[in-house]
Amino acid sequence: MTPEELEKIAAKEEQARAHIPHTIDVCLGTTCMALQSDKLKTALEQEATRHPVGSKCQVRGVGCPGLCALGPLVTVKPEGDLYKQVKPEDAHDIVNSLGAEPVARLKCDTEQPFFKRQHKIVLENSGSIDPERLEDYIAAGGYTALLKCVTEMTPAEVIDEVVRSGLRGRGGAGFPAGLKWRTVAKAAGPRKFVVCNGDEGDPGAFMDRSVMESDPHRVLEGMAIAAYAVGASEGYLYVRAEYPLAVKRLKQAINQARAHGLLGANIGGTAFTFRVEVRLGAGAFVCGEETALMASIEGKRGNPRPRPPFPAESGLWQLPTLINNVETYANIPTILRQGADWFAGIGTSKSKGTKVFALTGRVHNTGLIEVPMGITLREIIFDIGGGIPDGRVFKAVQTGGPSGGCIPEEYLDMAVDYESLASVGSIMGSGGMIVIDDTSSMVDVAKYFIEFCKSESCGKCVPCRVGTAQMHTLLELIASGEGTRHDLERLEALCDMVKSTSLCGLGQNAPNPVISTLRYFRDEYESRLAG
Amino acid sequence: MTTPSQVLTLKIDGQDVTGRADETILQVARENGIHIPTLCFLDSLSPLGACRLCLVEIKGSPRLFAACVTYIAEGMEVLTKSDRLNKYRRMIVELLFAERNHICSICVANGHCDLQDLAREMGVTYVDFPYRYPRLGVDASHERFGLDHNRCVLCMRCVRVCGEVEGAHTWDVAGRGIEAHVSADLDFPWGDSDTCTSCGKCVQVCPTGALFKKGVAAAEMVKHRSFLVRLTAMREEAE
Repeated sequence: MTPEELEKIAAKEEQARAHIPHTIDVCLGTTCMALQSDKLKTALEQEATRHPVGSKCQVRGVGCPGLCALGPLVTVKPEGDLYKQVKPEDAHDIVNSLGAEPVARLKCDTEQPFFKRQHKIVLENSGSIDPERLEDYIAAGGYTALLKCVTEMTPAEVIDEVVRSGLRGRGGAGFPAGLKWRTVAKAAGPRKFVVCNGDEGDPGAFMDRSVMESDPHRVLEGMAIAAYAVGASEGYLYVRAEYPLAVKRLKQAINQARAHGLLGANIGGTAFTFRVEVRLGAGAFVCGEETALMASIEGKRGNPRPRPPFPAESGLWQLPTLINNVETYANIPTILRQGADWFAGIGTSKSKGTKVFALTGRVHNTGLIEVPMGITLREIIFDIGGGIPDGRVFKAVQTGGPSGGCIPEEYLDMAVDYESLASVGSIMGSGGMIVIDDTSSMVDVAKYFIEFCKSESCGKCVPCRVGTAQMHTLLELIASGEGTRHDLERLEALCDMVKSTSLCGLGQNAPNPVISTLRYFRDEYESRLAG
Repeated sequence: MTTPSQVLTLKIDGQDVTGRADETILQVARENGIHIPTLCFLDSLSPLGACRLCLVEIKGSPRLFAACVTYIAEGMEVLTKSDRLNKYRRMIVELLFAERNHICSICVANGHCDLQDLAREMGVTYVDFPYRYPRLGVDASHERFGLDHNRCVLCMRCVRVCGEVEGAHTWDVAGRGIEAHVSADLDFPWGDSDTCTSCGKCVQVCPTGALFKKGVAAAEMVKHRSFLVRLTAMREEAE
């Protein structure tokens, strides 16, 4: 496909839409589907055929608009009215209201901070395009960045753009993406690979799932651009099998892109070839660690191995491999379309762009949000999140999942970026954000995460395999009121040892929830000690 | 540019040493008579970096490095002993003792056990963690050998020697985390394995009494490992 053909598809799509005065978009993300939004869509379609306005109305399935707490969500266009908690019985009223007064009882305020305070780059199409149609993505400007790269830019220019944008890896550690790309581009090898890490597994995190479900082509486009930049022609999308809808839509998207010459051989009429396959994870959290993930793709037991060598030099089948997270790739098409300077203008001095967070726990507006780096935790939790329900009091926010930490009230006004979160003992992580109120014990929170790490440790290295099990035992003792001061000292010694000596990131970061709760909520531990 | 055969100079524990660029810190330390404790490492098997006993400090980095998988570099300053390292190593050995049921007095490998030697070296006279006392089985289904899971430290030496040297790949690890255990074929009884050649290499490389010859009593299981280095050297020569 050439850029001109792409424009033709977009124009045709625009034209087709001009003939349809009304559109009803139903969220078909996993959360709304769990609330039977698929049945709702069927009801709306039936209602539309019965109604005179029906011929002028199109019912579409779209991705996630973000406010999961109030699903199933329906958007009516061109008015832009958002309806919340819609049931199949509401279909009649919604179709009847087209071109007239909106259905007041279902209306959700789109002027509230939840929508107004967000800045959407990665999620720009989520909730507004049909993820199962390539034409929808193209009409939204999709694949123009890829074709621009392969027809107008050299691989080095693409990398320069990513370097200048300041984009950092969204998987958690925040390694500069451009630097990683340049390293892989420079690495010598007869073949190279591009891998997308979609093995999102932190409890309470669903950012990547939502991106893959709502806008799968964006991830593919990002990967293809990366492949062109580093000189790879093969790629793997590693997705956990617990995400069946994401897997289905990604596979569908790959087939569509291949059929249109946007993946496969001679992309954009050039010599550039990129083939991508989906690989399923079998339910091990540790396979989100890059070396374990690659072992899993190779068909081996998903165990991490010591680094160096890093994947950039020796990755899949000992060949140079670029591995980035879903959200990192999802940023790429927009950066190439709008330019590095535009992207670098958003965020803080060291953390550019936006970050997608899955806001969960004891907060009103649970859901998926995208905010500029540098926003404060207070804005996220109290403005966008709408604060703590049931009149309870905020206690802490857990970021970064099992590798992260709990941040207390005193740091709520801190600007969120990679460095600031690390400075208070947590991490940015992949974007899980769990709000904890005064009904929860922080000892129990720490125990929960250690139990998670204990059961998800691969068992290869001693500190993680046995250390986390011992930490869990000690935490159970303390939580039950039978722990002694000596047990607490042992626990702290283990935190230090497991952190310093474990082989991979899982073990090295496993003590973080204990360390951070001990740092800010030590009294909760002390008060449970026996004697 | 560094080539594998290039000779580099570095300092280990303040001592000036030299080594080839393709040698690890552990190799160079051993050549120079500097002892670094190890457990999963065994000459002629691929290094695993799993027991974490050979962790060393490298000047200029807050991180610790497994000496068995870290290559030397020009001007590197390595510290193999420090209060911090000694503390961690001792804890690792304690964790191993607390993990399964290691009862030396009745063990076939008593007096010939790498874990016991490490405990002696670290001065582990007691274990300051709760013993886990898991209920684990003994696989006595093989005609000549036995596997006592109670004594296994998951060093994966058996897995590696079986796959890399014997080429049978009978052993692997099943389960994960604290539930991980070595298993024959698809977690079958060892005696039912179709792939096991009964060569006994795994028994000889096992650091503890987990893998043993049938018919030996307490303290009688002496392991012979010199075959491994000889065999590997002969194979390399033949190539």
